[in-house]
Amino acid sequence: MEFSLLKVIFTAMAYGAGAIFIVGFLARVLKYAKTPSPLKIPTTPAPINPIGAAIRVLSEVIFFNSLFKGNKWTWLGGIMFHYAFLLVVIRHLRYFLYPVAGWDMGMQNIGIYAGFVLPVAVLYLLMRRTTVDRTMFVSSLADYFVLALIFGIATTGLLMKYYERPFMVDVKGFVFGLVSGNLSDVPADPVFLLHFTLVMTLLAYFPFSKLMHSGGVFFSPTRNQCDNPREKRHINPWSPNLGA
Amino acid sequence: MAKVKFDIPVLTGKIEFPVMKEGASGSIKCHVAKEKDMSALGFPHELAPDWKEKAVERFAELLTKYKSLQVYMDICVKCGACTDKCQFYLGTKDPRNMPVARAELLRKIYRRYLTLGGKILGPLVDAEELTKEVLDEWYVYFHQCSECRRCSVFCPYGIDTAEITMAAREILDSIGYGQKYVTEIIHKVYTIGNNLGMPGPAIQSTLDFLKEDIKETTGADVDFPMDVKGADVLLVTPSADFFASPHVESLAGYAKVFKQAGISWTLSSHASEAGNFGMFIGNFGVMRKVASRIKEGIEEIKPKRLIHGECGHAWRIAYSFWNTLIGPFDSLDPKYPAPQHICEFTHDLIKRGALKLDKTANDEFVVTLHDSCNVARGARMGDRPGGQFTIPRDIIKATCNKYVDMHPDTIMEKTFCCGGGGGILTDELIEVRIKGAMPRMQAYKAVKDSHGANFIALICAICKAQMTKVLPYYGYPMEEVGGVHQLVGRAIVLGGKEGI
Repeated sequence: MEFSLLKVIFTAMAYGAGAIFIVGFLARVLKYAKTPSPLKIPTTPAPINPIGAAIRVLSEVIFFNSLFKGNKWTWLGGIMFHYAFLLVVIRHLRYFLYPVAGWDMGMQNIGIYAGFVLPVAVLYLLMRRTTVDRTMFVSSLADYFVLALIFGIATTGLLMKYYERPFMVDVKGFVFGLVSGNLSDVPADPVFLLHFTLVMTLLAYFPFSKLMHSGGVFFSPTRNQCDNPREKRHINPWSPNLGA
Repeated sequence: MAKVKFDIPVLTGKIEFPVMKEGASGSIKCHVAKEKDMSALGFPHELAPDWKEKAVERFAELLTKYKSLQVYMDICVKCGACTDKCQFYLGTKDPRNMPVARAELLRKIYRRYLTLGGKILGPLVDAEELTKEVLDEWYVYFHQCSECRRCSVFCPYGIDTAEITMAAREILDSIGYGQKYVTEIIHKVYTIGNNLGMPGPAIQSTLDFLKEDIKETTGADVDFPMDVKGADVLLVTPSADFFASPHVESLAGYAKVFKQAGISWTLSSHASEAGNFGMFIGNFGVMRKVASRIKEGIEEIKPKRLIHGECGHAWRIAYSFWNTLIGPFDSLDPKYPAPQHICEFTHDLIKRGALKLDKTANDEFVVTLHDSCNVARGARMGDRPGGQFTIPRDIIKATCNKYVDMHPDTIMEKTFCCGGGGGILTDELIEVRIKGAMPRMQAYKAVKDSHGANFIALICAICKAQMTKVLPYYGYPMEEVGGVHQLVGRAIVLGGKEGI
């Protein structure tokens, strides 16, 4: 009885948070995509054709070029944080895939190392935020909340790996059940349940927060527009012509 | 130079991070717009009882019209990369002049009224009520931004505070809380045709004077044609070139270049202003109305080419926006870029050996170039990215023997604003302007000490007006600034053509 109540709560939580994340994220991104750009505003010097502009955006996403220009220490923290997070997520794919792909098996060890880098990077970013007067001034509850949430996710993850291991077959059964729709019991392991709850909180919070930078970065006109206004007339969709 | 009640930054040659002082520039407020100017622009002139609803409504509308605004309201992570990049923060030490903090003034209202999270959770997600105090804060700090885009270079998402400042000013205008300086100038363009309010005859008399002056000093006949129908080139330049020093020196430079090139050219008394303050207030309709005079000028003169004088924000609008606002330029000769910058034109002639330049004419100068913010980050010259940096430098180096660049963190795409751009070139903001000029002055001081630099070459009317005013406060004579084409005009050997 107790187990099935747990199952209901966590299954509902997973689907609820997942739906909020997917619908919310897509709704935001669609809004960005649909909002017009009346004028050409790339920050110059900029690539002079659309392919160049696409490379510029991808390069920003992969290497954080502008941040590198802006602040080397923040860049270092940002790179550590994002790549550690990415590797940890890739490692977690084994809970969603059946059978587990060979390449994902090959990523397991590096995923573990990344699992250690992640909370260190979070602490580093927190330290930067609180020790530089300028970032301290602009930081608010929302900024600390995200850092705390991700720190909690990372440390409960490590705790499961090295201190109180849940029965991994049950974990995979539960997660894979959610993915496949063939629901199974939730493992009644407190650390796992905490870890899972924090992740769902992050997902549900995501579309309403600054975490939307992940989708928004692709829509930033100063970066994704190319510099060719003299060669190709850009039309303002809500005011196409003089006198219109 | 009037005495001032505040400390002028001390020049050490280094740009130091200031210790922040909250509210340091919070009481520096520019004059509020007058009824006649606001009415002419189609704005109300005072706050109505329902100003708050109107402001939110306008804000919501802008979010559906500008992708930049919508995306930039959402995605800032407050990483802090921009916090030490703004000349107005570095100079005033007021933390609300940090780009992220400036944008936050708008974002907190966005969250409260225009996001689900903010409506429900309020202060927990940094959402705040729109009050008269908030509005006053907007008015103060969105008029301490010069829309120079320096912060956007360093932002991992390219968040452009210029877009945010324009939106804020647009909202303020729409509820009747505009700025006197900019609205007054736009009104002058509407009624007279240029920012300085010079009617055709007044421009003509400057041109006559210049012609005589050049004849007297050099013996050469250099023409300054106006309203000549069918001229090959229509030159559109900031009206300051017809009036102020050192601007006129550049106008003389353009005229000498045209003479040497053997090209017929003309100014237009109708299209007598390259500047377009419509951008400063972020209003598309006003910007287009101002730009439409250029289109009318083209229709009247019927030139083959459209060439643009030295001006920063004006070149951004001409290069990046004109084609959208008043294009396409089908009547012009497609062999040439439309519009073409005077520096592109002169550079091309120099490359082809069509100008004879005597560098020794500028031997008294050790020249350095201040890249204008809007040319550097909002436009281009030439056919390659970064031409806006190499072309003016190539020209300068062809006209003088001694050139030195300022510190790499203060030039090209990382250039600072002169401190007077974006609609803040008004006397009541002199403190902001002097302090905002501090980073540029430090970099200048450094090359002065190391290389004896004594001339800042400029390609912008606002830079010229701002620096001639501000330099003396820092202890330098105003004669230490001038246009790139001032140097060209001094070095050019008239008649000494070496074959085209």
